[in-house]
Amino acid sequence: MSIEDFDPIRIRKDFPALDQTVHGRPLAYLDNAATSQKPRAVLDVLSEYYEKDNANVHRGIHELSRRATVAFEAAREKVASWINASSAAECVWTRGTTEAINLVATAWGLDHVSEGDEILISVMEHHSNIVPWQLLAARTGATLKYIEIDDEGRLVLDGLEALLTERTKIVSISDVSNSLGTINPVKTIVDASRAVGAIVMVDGAQGIVHTKVDVQDLGCDFYAFGGHKMCGPTGVGVLWGRLELLEAMAPFQGGGEMIQIVGRDKSSWAAVPHKFEAGTPNIAGAIGLGAAVDYLSKIGTKAISIHENELMAYAMEQLSLIPGLRIFGPSSLDDRSAVISFTMGDAHPHDISTILDTEGVAIRAGHHCAQLVMKHFGVPATARASFYLYSTREDVDRLVKGLDQVAVIFS
Amino acid sequence: METPQLSSLYQQLILEHYRNPRNKAELEEKTVEIHMANPVCGDEIRLQLRIEGTRIEDVKFLGSGCSISQASVSMMTVRLKGSNLDQADELAKRFTDMMHGDESAAKEKSLGDLRALQGVSKFPVRIKCALLGFDALQEALKKEAGVVEEGPT
Repeated sequence: MSIEDFDPIRIRKDFPALDQTVHGRPLAYLDNAATSQKPRAVLDVLSEYYEKDNANVHRGIHELSRRATVAFEAAREKVASWINASSAAECVWTRGTTEAINLVATAWGLDHVSEGDEILISVMEHHSNIVPWQLLAARTGATLKYIEIDDEGRLVLDGLEALLTERTKIVSISDVSNSLGTINPVKTIVDASRAVGAIVMVDGAQGIVHTKVDVQDLGCDFYAFGGHKMCGPTGVGVLWGRLELLEAMAPFQGGGEMIQIVGRDKSSWAAVPHKFEAGTPNIAGAIGLGAAVDYLSKIGTKAISIHENELMAYAMEQLSLIPGLRIFGPSSLDDRSAVISFTMGDAHPHDISTILDTEGVAIRAGHHCAQLVMKHFGVPATARASFYLYSTREDVDRLVKGLDQVAVIFS
Repeated sequence: METPQLSSLYQQLILEHYRNPRNKAELEEKTVEIHMANPVCGDEIRLQLRIEGTRIEDVKFLGSGCSISQASVSMMTVRLKGSNLDQADELAKRFTDMMHGDESAAKEKSLGDLRALQGVSKFPVRIKCALLGFDALQEALKKEAGVVEEGPT
């Protein structure tokens, strides 16, 4: 689809869940940073798989198993080419971003990080990119260090060289903040980390949704993302890693599928990526994610990001007119993704969310699994509206109208 | 699902307690303190009681959260002051019943201002907010009962 042909009204028709009323009002779904809705193309593939091809992968000789395996591996190829991986073997199926990060923190971390070593992350990370490293630090005696954030929610990179030492073994950073929408200069961080010989992991849970990701161009070593924020099903995600790193790593979990030969005392492992895929995988989920990639490829990431930027400009302008409304995160749209975190007067974000819900407007309220960010800004929680390819100006207008209601109740 | 009325949720009395919480301060000479948080939304309170014998001599709280959780705790402390432990337990039970839709519990005069929170029962995802203070109270009562049991046996 060309950029000129992009029409969110037409795109909305692809998403059955958007076509409903909530509390008597048409749904305005603005909780996309939590999870996206799913297009018919993905839903159809899921039910078709279960209706026709359902079988376990890589082990049956029968026809259904062959079909399931072909579709499962074809989905891996689609994902690999979507992020420009060198090969599909570099893409490991996981339950989601969280499991992908835990996989690296465990399987890579335990063998490469020891007492006195350092792990560098940032204050803006989602809990899923903090806690696995805390666990690793506790197990190994390593030190966890943080890149701070400034008052506009940007990483403070002035002191980055000082934070990186020859003891820094791994740097793990999100490309886009889920709570603030900040787009981080990943390449700058990769270059600085390389200079001290550190490995770089990117938490791409939010980034892959809004920008074209090219893992080779980024220059990182690991890239983690989930399927459900990008039109795919829940419960499936991907860990991309450099082949030589994945090959050198110990397994994450043991079980079927990940072995070559099992003996009484020890076993040998299957080749990557299967070495990291113990147990029956989320076959339908992987195939569904493949369908989501097809769907998004047809529309084009460029067109989606232009649409989101236009919508963000409108939303920021409209929200900044509301008295008492405080927006968190970068003030410029250049380094801000389709997320607006805000507070409003003394109305607590949960109360804001309840009031909006009765107007049919779905947003997120809370700490967004980013308690360190909330602490930095001295707020217990924020309200968060987040947009996607099917969001419209009307959604923004509905949000603003709902916030008028908040102002009335908390006047 | 039927659309609940916002006006039943955000009554003036609730907003008034939210903005001017009663007994929100550090309690000197407390005998029990319970920290209760809702990890899902980040609401948290510290409920502090001074219990002498079977009587709640004083009660205060600290914390932050939404209007429902904070108003509920504030109203609860007003009812608790000077009551005995059985009454406190009874209050917690009545309030919980009201949250789960029991209309007769909602008519209980002993609930005082807490009756204004009846509308919360129509908003399932907010019930846990209203119960935060009472969860802390029930923990405190359990702790107190434990102390008594461990006493002169």
